[in-house]
Amino acid sequence: MTESNFDFIPRLIPPQEYFAEGNRGCQGCGEALAIRQFMKAAGPDTIVCSATGCVEIISSPYPQTAWRVPWIHVAFENAAAVASGVESAIKTLRNKKRYKQGRTTIIALAGDGGTADIGLQALSGAFERFHDFTYICTDNEAYMNTGIQRSSATPYGASTTTSPAGKESIGQVTNKKNLPMIVAAHEIPYLATCCPSFPMDLLRKAKIAFETEGPTYLHILTPCPTGWRFDSKLTVEMGRLAVETGVFPLYEIIDGKLKLNYFMEKRKPVLEYLRSQGRFRHLKEEDIKEIQKRVDDSFERLVRRSEAGVL
Amino acid sequence: MGKRVGLEVSFAISEAAKLCRPDVIAAYPITPQTHIVEELARMVADGELDSEFIMVESEHSAMSACCGASAAGARTFTATASQGLALMHEVLFIASGLRLPVVMAVANRALSAPLSIWGDQSDIMAERDCGWIQVFAETGQESFDLTIQSFKWAEDERVLTPSIVNIDGFTLSHVIEPLFVESQEDIDSFLPPFNPKLKLDPENPVSIGPVGFPEIYTEIKKQQNEAILGAYPVILEVWEDFALKFGRKYSPVEKFMTEDAEIIINLAGSISGTAKVAVSKMRKSGKKVGLLTTRLWRPYPFNDIRDAVQNAKAVAVVDRCLSFGGPGGPMCSELRSALYPLEKKPLTIGFIAGLGGRDVTIEDFTQIVEIAERALSEGFEEEYFMIGVRE
Repeated sequence: MTESNFDFIPRLIPPQEYFAEGNRGCQGCGEALAIRQFMKAAGPDTIVCSATGCVEIISSPYPQTAWRVPWIHVAFENAAAVASGVESAIKTLRNKKRYKQGRTTIIALAGDGGTADIGLQALSGAFERFHDFTYICTDNEAYMNTGIQRSSATPYGASTTTSPAGKESIGQVTNKKNLPMIVAAHEIPYLATCCPSFPMDLLRKAKIAFETEGPTYLHILTPCPTGWRFDSKLTVEMGRLAVETGVFPLYEIIDGKLKLNYFMEKRKPVLEYLRSQGRFRHLKEEDIKEIQKRVDDSFERLVRRSEAGVL
Repeated sequence: MGKRVGLEVSFAISEAAKLCRPDVIAAYPITPQTHIVEELARMVADGELDSEFIMVESEHSAMSACCGASAAGARTFTATASQGLALMHEVLFIASGLRLPVVMAVANRALSAPLSIWGDQSDIMAERDCGWIQVFAETGQESFDLTIQSFKWAEDERVLTPSIVNIDGFTLSHVIEPLFVESQEDIDSFLPPFNPKLKLDPENPVSIGPVGFPEIYTEIKKQQNEAILGAYPVILEVWEDFALKFGRKYSPVEKFMTEDAEIIINLAGSISGTAKVAVSKMRKSGKKVGLLTTRLWRPYPFNDIRDAVQNAKAVAVVDRCLSFGGPGGPMCSELRSALYPLEKKPLTIGFIAGLGGRDVTIEDFTQIVEIAERALSEGFEEEYFMIGVRE
């Protein structure tokens, strides 16, 4: 990247911040970074419905708030249901000429626990009812807010406080739940995976998601230095590695057609990604081999689907 | 002008809700609440009611959607019962904590296990402390009126607290009664539009539902309690307005032959009708018996209750709910604790009856009064008595 790129790229991104600087996120928080980015795409005519979790805690310690748009938090498992209510209210109030804003982007925002585990029912219900809002899952692959307990989005082999690696265990023994594909089964018009390490890709996808009518979904991998145990200056690097190894592929599904967005001739070995994180430190050579095989299999399946343009 | 019609009580509640022009209704079907939401769905489908009806996938989501809708400035209604109310438990406390004036009808039903779709008041008593205003209806007319009144006091700026109308499952929800259905014009002039000062509005962004650290949590809870205590005079005001406009008078408790009564039966809900017949019968045989029906349950009408019973010799409190391993029924323990500070007070005797759809009969009330008489003359050791149990 040349110096002129450093001057040029920021000019492509709106300078306004709707998620305030000075929030209480950990140093190097991937979620705070992701929110900062997609809120730039959302703009001021936005209402955010947060689930309980890291984001809610770091952004709303009363009487402070990091939100420069209207924001509501009700409980853990119901971000999608709350957003259903907000969307329905605005729809009817607009019809009755009691709501004066424009289209208003409505966002339901939850972590991987609030989406893949406890919030899955509310998410599925809201998508089946086809409410017009964007559900964003910021996935840091465990319950970080309560002290790094495993969720169904924790990857195979990761050590967490409730899936600890030990003499008899590799750590998390199950595969990461494939949430985007569960969401895709709801036949919504748009969904995408993204990562704040690829800000232009994230902004573009967020814009499409917000502008598309009907339910849309963004699954954002948000590296967590505290829970993954890496140096907090490496958050962006960790996201890049997740994508470049094929551990977290970037793709979008538009009207049922899958498209890979970041295709590599040669993927980096997963070893590079795993070795840089404390949660995988215990893995033996054969474990890493096994993970490499699983990543290869699932990435190749994705390539085939992308090439065929199917779901 | 309203008109007198014969209407199933569930439909009367739907009609009352419709007349209040709710913007959003979010509900999940559960017996014996179903007729209420079916009728509302029909009204929306037929274009009689201009509302967004969200047929959610659970009661937890119903109450969550209500919170979102209310926070966005919509007048919001829902209805549930039993297991559904229990599933809402978590969100009920949040709705009141966020001061969102949702109105909900609860068709009171027993809690599982064993599974029972039939009526008692265990469901609402488990939510006693959820911070909502709570009233009990005795008749179809009361169910209709209390639903309309609930919107008015819940949305009052001095209150901003959600409100529950309790109707007994089946014995009230599914009976057809003659009642006055008021006109849209009259309800419009009684109930002002809902336009909260603070809502989710991009023009004026606010954060609703933040984290409350220990240095602020207690103060917020105190404020919330002051709001529900402060609802008491507002509720009386609403009842006064309502009486002026529609001619039907309401009070926190209803007294029936209590003036000179030596034994007063206290209860809530539709069994009050049977109790009145029983009391009149006992009066004819010379027993000084009266009936006190609790209409306002939260905020608890301490002084109304004290004034009504303090000259009696005994109060027989009939609960359709059992606090397992505890002091009996919740209405009894609350009344007993309300009377405790008084120097001169009647004996409080607890009765559990009518669980899981078991009828509470005139004979049951006669037996309750006999037990109370015996307790007065001979004393008693039981913490409470269970009535109508087959041994």
